[in-house]
Amino acid sequence: MPVDSSPVAIAGQFALALLLISIILALARLVKGPAAADRIVALDLISILIVAFLAAYSIYAGETSFLDVAIGYALIAFLGTVALARFLMRSALKRSENPETEENMRRHE
Amino acid sequence: MNEIITAVLLVLGSLFSFVAALGMLRLPDTVIRMHAATKAGTLGAGLILIGEAFFYAELGIALRALAAIAFLLLTAPVAAHLIGRAAYYSGVKLWQKTWIDQLAERYISGGYSDPDHK
Repeated sequence: MPVDSSPVAIAGQFALALLLISIILALARLVKGPAAADRIVALDLISILIVAFLAAYSIYAGETSFLDVAIGYALIAFLGTVALARFLMRSALKRSENPETEENMRRHE
Repeated sequence: MNEIITAVLLVLGSLFSFVAALGMLRLPDTVIRMHAATKAGTLGAGLILIGEAFFYAELGIALRALAAIAFLLLTAPVAAHLIGRAAYYSGVKLWQKTWIDQLAERYISGGYSDPDHK
């Protein structure tokens, strides 16, 4: 860990705090929605922010293995985003193929 | 010297990440919000990763940081494209001031309507 008064330590604390605030703001959008697509976009941003947080923490704590964690997390988060987007696409497809289903009638009310 | 570069990159990267999150909260519709998420978010994470490469100044760390940046740059557009298509297709409301919607002729109210593609 760098010395407490070194520029990296000060900038690191600032960056970690700001990244936490950013994650909270993105979480607010995740809760607010309103559409499913908004939540997926918010989740995507949160995963990018967590990668940034891991990199910043790896500098702040002087622990290089957090960088590997960041790479692994980016891989898994990408797969998750793709899966969610495909799921949304597929449910939209299903809705447009049989528009007379009950669920769809309820949606249009 | 490297410490100062790292500190500047950390501050810049976290500021861009903050702008991305602010845009995510404040911008008016889904498709516009995706600009904040993919562009500013990737830039913020990339700057912090470059800062890490400068801080340790080792080949292994720098290569891993560069690999992470390359991966982010490769995957962010793909994910954004998939989300944007799914969002448009599932019929999200566009901002009321949107004045051009070139997909509207192909997709009608959440259903694919182009006879050439199916």
